[in-house]
Amino acid sequence: MSTNVRDTALFGLVAVLLIGTGMIQGWNSALLILNMGLISAIMALGVNLQWGFAGLFNIGVMGFVALGGLAAVLVSTDPVPEAWQAGGLRIFAGLALGALTVVAAVQAQKRLEGRTKTIATLVILVGGFFLYRAVFDPGKVAVEAVNPAVSGNLGGLNLPILLSWPVGGLLAAGAAWVIGKTALGLRSDYLAIATLGIAEIIIAVLKNEDWLARGVKNVIGLDRPVPYEIDLQQDPGFVERAASLGLDPVTASTLYTKIGYAILFTIVLLIILWLAQKALNSPWGRMMRAIRDNETAAEAMGKDVKGRHLQIFILGSAVCGVAGAMMTTLDGQLTPGTYQPLRFTFLVWVMVIVGGSGNNFGAVLGGMLIWWLWVQVEPLGLGMMNILSSGLEDGSALKERMIDSAAHMRLLTMGVVLLLVLRFSPRGLIPER
Amino acid sequence: MDFLNAIVAFANFVFVPGLAYGAQLAIGALGVTMIYGILRFSNFAHGDTMAFGTAMTIWITWGFLALGISFGPLPTALLALPFGIIATILLLLGTDWAVYRFYREQKASPVILVIVSMGVMFVMNGVVRFIIGVRDIRFADGERFIITAREFRDMTGLNEGLAIKTTQAITVVVALIAMALLFWFLNKTRTGKSMRAFSDNEDLALLSGINPDWVVKVTWMIVAALATTAGVLYGLDKSFKAFTYFQLLLPIFAAAIVGGLGNPLGAIAGGFVIAFSEVTITYAWKKVLVYLMPESLEPDGLVQLLSTDYKFAVSFAILIIVLLFKPTGLFKGQSV
Repeated sequence: MSTNVRDTALFGLVAVLLIGTGMIQGWNSALLILNMGLISAIMALGVNLQWGFAGLFNIGVMGFVALGGLAAVLVSTDPVPEAWQAGGLRIFAGLALGALTVVAAVQAQKRLEGRTKTIATLVILVGGFFLYRAVFDPGKVAVEAVNPAVSGNLGGLNLPILLSWPVGGLLAAGAAWVIGKTALGLRSDYLAIATLGIAEIIIAVLKNEDWLARGVKNVIGLDRPVPYEIDLQQDPGFVERAASLGLDPVTASTLYTKIGYAILFTIVLLIILWLAQKALNSPWGRMMRAIRDNETAAEAMGKDVKGRHLQIFILGSAVCGVAGAMMTTLDGQLTPGTYQPLRFTFLVWVMVIVGGSGNNFGAVLGGMLIWWLWVQVEPLGLGMMNILSSGLEDGSALKERMIDSAAHMRLLTMGVVLLLVLRFSPRGLIPER
Repeated sequence: MDFLNAIVAFANFVFVPGLAYGAQLAIGALGVTMIYGILRFSNFAHGDTMAFGTAMTIWITWGFLALGISFGPLPTALLALPFGIIATILLLLGTDWAVYRFYREQKASPVILVIVSMGVMFVMNGVVRFIIGVRDIRFADGERFIITAREFRDMTGLNEGLAIKTTQAITVVVALIAMALLFWFLNKTRTGKSMRAFSDNEDLALLSGINPDWVVKVTWMIVAALATTAGVLYGLDKSFKAFTYFQLLLPIFAAAIVGGLGNPLGAIAGGFVIAFSEVTITYAWKKVLVYLMPESLEPDGLVQLLSTDYKFAVSFAILIIVLLFKPTGLFKGQSV
């Protein structure tokens, strides 16, 4: 079997799984899985850029995804003028002071020598911190006091939410630049811990800085790029067309919006995939892989290893940011409490490794396949437990325990899948070529 | 008097909790550092190993309680701890046999082993949820306090009280015992010495006839004991929840790296550095400062440098600072 046939067959398998889901569990579930699968595929592409192309061990994916979500809120929601009047200026002055402090400290580190350097840096950092708090805190309190039940934040720019997808990428890229500047020089496993920590910090900021996106009070009811189901159901033209297809208006409207999302996501996925393929097969992509395979040799050839690493770290994180903004758009809400590293960092890693690191199609396949599995493991596990425990009498402790534990099948299955692939097919389903 | 009050407030809210938390982190970091030193990879499954050991210990504790066995004023979990350790040893030896051994024979690069440990992390996380669920579990019994704040106030006549929880005292005592045992083992026994030799220079160690399989097995056993102890102490002091243990990975790794990966002394120092910085930076200092400052200068706010939710930021910031200035950690660690 030639490799092309094999790859096509694997994608065919995903299609069969999705169509099967549609026929057995309903097309709404299938489309739901497809949509998140497309987003997962984009996240996997982002990680594949960093790990597959350049060998950068980034386990802070969750943070960049969350930043994308933040972009969706900041771009699409209405501004809150009262909040801006109450303390918007103070907040931004405070943030600017904070940034200035860091810049000044870095400059002091660079320019000064010996003991003066240490003392100056400490003075700048400590003084700057208190100055920042003095300017920033009153602003924060004032903003958060403005109508806290519905807003309590500065609001957004009231622009179309589609715009937030590139903005999410930019936001993630900005964060990645800062992180890359400080952490990329570290060894691989130090970089891993550093990115893990940064992701946690980003989530902590989202949870606690209510003035930004309402923190754990969540932002709900974000704009949508597709029409609302309820509007479709009241549109006589739509109802008629649905009836002509033999569908009732409610089902038709939900399918219509989901297909709308699916088309949008597919377009984005194809664009990013095309760009990633172009990059992979360009001299730049070959240089990246050369650096990955032998840093010393690449450096000897005059390649700027640190610079290239920073570049691809930013690019990969930006892709994750785009995916994050898309996901928040699909959900219609930003809930910082739901971001968990197992789901948003490590699961994406499973996708990349299983799909095949270093191969963009592999990453896409892994994203779709693993997402399908992630969703379906629970019902499958429950079914299995029901069959296994059918011999036991109802209400027995063991039976209940077995059925309860089906809910925890997910993590176990993901771990087993990852370990099996690493052991028996370490280059993934569609290996690098 | 004011000065004494300030010291007592400081001890009550910063020093004692920091000491207990530091001891827990130190034992956790010792496990990470042992694996790094001898097996040469960063084990991401360590938090979940701790969770597994604690979950087993909790079940055994419940078993003891059901049989009517208790440990008097001390928590029953301490009696169950050795059995929890044995269960964890079996789990880790099984994992090594089924998973890690293959990659060791292949001489896979450390980063592959890290990814493998990610898979193990998923599996263990699932297993822990199977065993005990996702609820928040408190399993400390016996006396809650050695001295309560009220007793302390009555005894000394100060305004501030100093409460010392039994679990805090136990944590420190058990941690000291565990560290003493570990260092005795590493420095005095034949196996311990061969482990150190293996960690310093694998080739030379193999050349001088050290059995690598035995060294690896003993390492996993020690790691199981350390991880279970750290997990049980943390769970006794606070509470057990699978997800919290996973999140402990960050401060534990920060501690191990700050101290210098692969260096046991460094892990202990790192644990306390991380713990005390987390506690001091997220503590609202007003309570201490009101006693020290003249009334006119008393602070209005809570004088809290960062809210407690940012404690990750603290471990992380220290990690970065140390790595930027001393890439091998405070004590000299290894680098692969």
